[in-house]
Amino acid sequence: MRVVLSNSAGAPLYQQIKEQVGTAILSGELAEGSALPSVRALARDLRISIITTTRAYTELAAEGFIATVPGKGAYVLPLDSALVREQLLRQVEDGLQTALDAARRGGLDRDDLIRILDGLIQAEQQETIQ
Amino acid sequence: MSSDLAFALRGVGAAVGRKFALRDVSFELPTGYVMGLIGANGAGKTTIIRCLLGMREIDTGEIELLGHRVPGPSDLRQDIGVVLDHAFLVGDWRLTDVERVLRPFYPRWDGARYRQLLDEFGIELRAKVKELSRGMSMKLMIAVALSHQARLLLFDEPTSGLDPVARDELAGIIGDFLTDEGHSVLFSTHITADLDRIGDYVTLVHNGRVVRTGAKDEILDAYRVVRGGPEDLGGLVGVELIGARHTSTGAQALVRTEEADLLGGRVLVEAPTLEEIAVHIGARAPHPKPLSTGRTA
Repeated sequence: MRVVLSNSAGAPLYQQIKEQVGTAILSGELAEGSALPSVRALARDLRISIITTTRAYTELAAEGFIATVPGKGAYVLPLDSALVREQLLRQVEDGLQTALDAARRGGLDRDDLIRILDGLIQAEQQETIQ
Repeated sequence: MSSDLAFALRGVGAAVGRKFALRDVSFELPTGYVMGLIGANGAGKTTIIRCLLGMREIDTGEIELLGHRVPGPSDLRQDIGVVLDHAFLVGDWRLTDVERVLRPFYPRWDGARYRQLLDEFGIELRAKVKELSRGMSMKLMIAVALSHQARLLLFDEPTSGLDPVARDELAGIIGDFLTDEGHSVLFSTHITADLDRIGDYVTLVHNGRVVRTGAKDEILDAYRVVRGGPEDLGGLVGVELIGARHTSTGAQALVRTEEADLLGGRVLVEAPTLEEIAVHIGARAPHPKPLSTGRTA
């Protein structure tokens, strides 16, 4: 498991851990059944407080990513397909919102946007054919 | 007495002559966590640790330590490791003598663990106590505590006089110790940077009283640092400026988070570090003066 904490990032440490572990699970980098370090071992390795790592794991467990075994550690749960879909949907929405904001600043309208999107889809299809 | 507490002080008072060294001090640490005891020199940190250890009598209140009321049974000593800012061992002893002298006092003494720890810490068994640097003496005291299998480590100013590498090593040693859920650490310091990361709980002491105690994140959330021009932080109703500092270019103070909203938009409001909280609370006058005595009027 790879966790890199930033001291200058605005996000609290527990959130940085939660997001990095969550992303690794969604991307398949951490497979179903993988063991995660215990909250206490992770706190030691990252030189942070136990309360912080406990909070990160508690939230990951609440969102269905991991299960924790008291006194042992934690492991990655099978990915719930509805959960994955939900996360991906959010990524699509975030990406489109960014595109929309840029389009507004650039004075592009709805038709321009749809043309660009169609163009991107076509280009991707041609790439897969080749 | 509940056993899920490493220790608890309840209404503890201790007098020196007619002056109070500690006044109505109450705080507790759940088993399995690390707490930082923060305050300026003379705030009462060492007195609190001495009271916890039963090295100093208290005049009021009570202290619970690992499920016993202090002074507890004499074998309670087994469970507690003490790391002071000065070595309490005789300078001419070699580290093999340290073991020979201490072993009889601790039925659970583990000689193999002692030698293994000294080896891990890079300390020669043949060295004399007086030849060790500050960092090494601290590690020796930790090795002693871990060799008699203490469950609670009390550090008095462990990081003062330590270089950054040794301080980082100490954070690692504490983290390692705490991988056992039955272990706890209390750590007095005026260097708060170490606690910004590894501290679970924080207790702020000032003039022999507890100013604030609780989970570190809650304490950080409870205050804001505010900065403004020379005129910006004056005459505010309902906002207590804690440890306000005024200069010709501006003013800075600590405020309670719920009061920060009452400040005008020209004031910069930021989350504090533990150091900023400690500095401002430490700078607070013992007897709060009305705000109009500031230079903002």
